[in-house]
Amino acid sequence: MVHPLVVRITHWINAFAVLVLVLSGWRIYNAAPLFPFRIPSELTLGGWLAGALQWHFAAMWILGLNGLAYVIYGLVSGHFRRKLLPISPRAVLHDVLEAFRGRLSHDDLSVYNTAQRAAYLALIVALVLLVLSGLAIWKPVQLQELTALMGGYEGARIVHFVCMSIVVLVVIVHVVMVALVPRTLPAMITGKVR
Amino acid sequence: MSQKIHRLERRLFLKQTLSLGAIALLSGCDVTNDDQVQRVLLGMSEWNDRAQAWLFDPNKLAPEYPENLVATPFPFNAYYEEEEVKVIDETDYQLSLGGLVKERKPWRLPELYALPQASQVTRLICVEGWSAIGKWSGVRLSEFLQRVGADLTAKYVGFRCADDYYGSIDMPTALHPQTFLALRFADRVLPPKYGFPMRLRAPTKLGFKNPKFIQEIFVSNTHPGGYWEDQGYNWFSGS
Repeated sequence: MVHPLVVRITHWINAFAVLVLVLSGWRIYNAAPLFPFRIPSELTLGGWLAGALQWHFAAMWILGLNGLAYVIYGLVSGHFRRKLLPISPRAVLHDVLEAFRGRLSHDDLSVYNTAQRAAYLALIVALVLLVLSGLAIWKPVQLQELTALMGGYEGARIVHFVCMSIVVLVVIVHVVMVALVPRTLPAMITGKVR
Repeated sequence: MSQKIHRLERRLFLKQTLSLGAIALLSGCDVTNDDQVQRVLLGMSEWNDRAQAWLFDPNKLAPEYPENLVATPFPFNAYYEEEEVKVIDETDYQLSLGGLVKERKPWRLPELYALPQASQVTRLICVEGWSAIGKWSGVRLSEFLQRVGADLTAKYVGFRCADDYYGSIDMPTALHPQTFLALRFADRVLPPKYGFPMRLRAPTKLGFKNPKFIQEIFVSNTHPGGYWEDQGYNWFSGS
């Protein structure tokens, strides 16, 4: 078994939630851009601000609850420790360079190389920070301590945007890698290597 | 945002929700899908109303800021352009009361100015994402509602405005100590563009839940909705 059932289920639910949240989030961003650019409307979800907000505030529950289940499972079952550790900056750098030379081995899909470990850890941390900064933006009065921790309301918007960018970047690399090593895709569906 | 853009955006909304929504949901393209997706999303929005009401702490105050952080000029925002702002004649103005209220005699502006006044320097957060700090002074809505004998166990407080805007808030928010009937901005009589003679200022709500040019306040147990809320924006929209 390459991927346990819990990981496969939460992976696909997470993929759906992140897709909806990113596309609707871009529409929300366009209503008051933080930076001097807009996202092309064709890439966004919701059609107008209210629609985008409806998608965003519906999908946030899916992301949050699914993510909570995944993190609890990862910690309690030892999945995180087994799959994501050990990790060192030197090993990450080594594997990233190897990946660019096309020399990274994927013989055993159940073992993540350190470049993968770093990417998945970054994704988990970025998603946790996205949820926290999202809560800080959504509830800057009720959760004002959290908002203060994020550098205030405007600070939380920046954290939210930066973490979104990290997630999008990791997902793009992730999807490219799946395209380069296609047998990883059925493994995330059936759990086995064909 | 101008009304025209909103109309255009609304038209695109149906189209895009159908196409992108269908892709996102990995489901077959069915015309009824759009209605189904909309029903689910509105259901989630109502769920979010309940979640936010549960999360609302009546004793939690919005952070206050030093006065030197007040934004100048404070941004204008409405469903129309700034040139179209209505200028209300203060001699004609009267505030009427309706619904579950005992004393329904209309109020004149000098009577409102004569009530005990309070001030706040708080951040107004727009549903669009931008925010600005402002100083508002006026009458606590809770004190006003008590004074006119409103049924404080009712669910909603509604507002009708001179610019045809309308809105409503939940009673716990109406009774929050920072929810004001604001009569002044930055120590001066509220200028027309910020809602002269009187607007709502509730820092526990998003900006569009703070109606300007208030002409009528009513207390009700029937959901009064609101200008933006009836078009799909979340009703509770608490901060």
